[in-house]
Parts: sequence; C-alpha cells; structure tokens
Amino acid sequence: MLGFTITQWMFGILSFLAIMFALMVVFSRNPVNSVLYLVLTFFCVAGHYLLLNAQFLAVVHIVVYSGAIMVLFLFVIMLMDLNQEKEPQKTWLNKLIAGVAGGLLLFVFVGSLKGAEQLQLETYGASQIGLVKNLGKVLFSEFLFPFEIVSVLLLAALVGAIMIGKKEIR
Amino acid sequence: MINGISINYYILLSTVLFIIGAIGVMARRNSIIIFMCVELMLNAVNLLLVSFSTLHNDATGQVFVFFIMAVAAAEVAVGLAILSMIYRNLKTIDTDVLSKLKH
Repeated sequence: MLGFTITQWMFGILSFLAIMFALMVVFSRNPVNSVLYLVLTFFCVAGHYLLLNAQFLAVVHIVVYSGAIMVLFLFVIMLMDLNQEKEPQKTWLNKLIAGVAGGLLLFVFVGSLKGAEQLQLETYGASQIGLVKNLGKVLFSEFLFPFEIVSVLLLAALVGAIMIGKKEIR
Repeated sequence: MINGISINYYILLSTVLFIIGAIGVMARRNSIIIFMCVELMLNAVNLLLVSFSTLHNDATGQVFVFFIMAVAAAEVAVGLAILSMIYRNLKTIDTDVLSKLKH
C-alpha cells in the first residue's frame, strides 16, 4: 500500500485524527463540544499507546481520562450551565497574538529537531515492557516510595476538593 | 526494521499537540477550556515519554506516565472544585473578569 506498512498507516491516521480533534477542542464555541472532542483526542492517544506496545497504559489512560476526568469536566460544565451564547470570546488581536506565539514556539521546537539522528522504533510486537507483570515489577520495587507518596497526594486532593467545594465550613 | 516509525515523528506529533494546548491556554477565556488545554499538554508529554520508553525498551518512562496521570487527576479534582466555588460566588469563570489580583 504505497510503500507503507500497516503500522505506519495506523500511525498516520491516528496522528491526523488526534491533531484534528485537538484543534476542534480549542476552536469549538460550545464547551460541551470541546469536552467531547477532548474525549476523542484521548482515544486517539490511547491508540498510539497500543501501537507503542504499552497495552496496560492504554487501558489505564482510557479509564482514567475518558472515564473519570472527562465525566468530571462534563458535570461541572452542566452545573455551570455554560453554552454557546454565554461563551466569552477574546478579541481578534488576542487570538492572533496567541496564534503567532504558538507558531513561533512550534518553529523553535521543530527547528531543534533539524539534523537530529533518525532513530527507529524497532520493538513492535516484541517489546514486553508494557504488560502488567513487568510494569508492576518496576513500580513496586524501584518506584515504591513515589507510589506511596502519590497515594498521600491523592488523599490530600480528595480532602482538599471536598473542603473547597463545601458551601460553608463549620 | 520491519514496522519501525522514526522517533522523530512521535516527537513532532507530541510537539504539535503541546502547541495546540498552549495556543488554547492563550486564546480562550473560559477557565474550563483552559483546564482542558492543560490536560492536552500533559497528554502530549505522556505520549513522548511512552515513545521514548519503547525506543529504549525501558519501563521507567511508562511508570512516570502513571505518576503524571495520578497528579493530573488530583489537579483536575482540586481545580474544578475551585472553579465551581468561584462560579458560585461570582457567577462567572471568565478569566478576564477573574483578574482582581492585578489591582
């Protein structure tokens, strides 16, 4: 097929979709549409994880991002009753400045890649590090302490969110 | 090399996603959309970490992505709680209105 392998086709299609949906997140007027496009972007990124042989990470990504975080966003948007008419817009000058600044940043990043060595990802289908067994081994031996710290962080965030969200604190 | 994709394409893709998120943060006034664009930038970095982890056949990058996901979840929970409290008090989440700290 035009000299490309199936993996390369998948990579191209997923990249195109991810970039398109990411652009729609930024440019759609209705916040609810933005959230839905963001979910689609996350699915595309999960597809990239699958291509990269990070199967467990792909599943966790879908569960955590598309499942938990996006539902939270949707609920907050619905509670706030935001819609297209109430959506505040920046002036055209501000948008132009943002676009130019982003474009220049992209130029710098891509420019720094010029002349870089072309390293190939050769481990497709052979790499086993994305499986639960291997990730668990690393997570619970080398990174045990950060893992425990993250549990404290999540507990603190939980308590903090409830405290902030309460109407009055007695 | 049978199926290989150059790491440079992954770097390019992550860069483009990151820049789109950055433009969203700069160009939008709705605080929730700004939050979502920050999530987009975090995802771009995650993708880069996973691709380098596959390149070097090293699980450390993927473990780092776990930690980033946990931190992102905590950040979103607290951030959205703050936003909903601001909305309850001021009836707006427009960043141009929420600039009282300037004065």
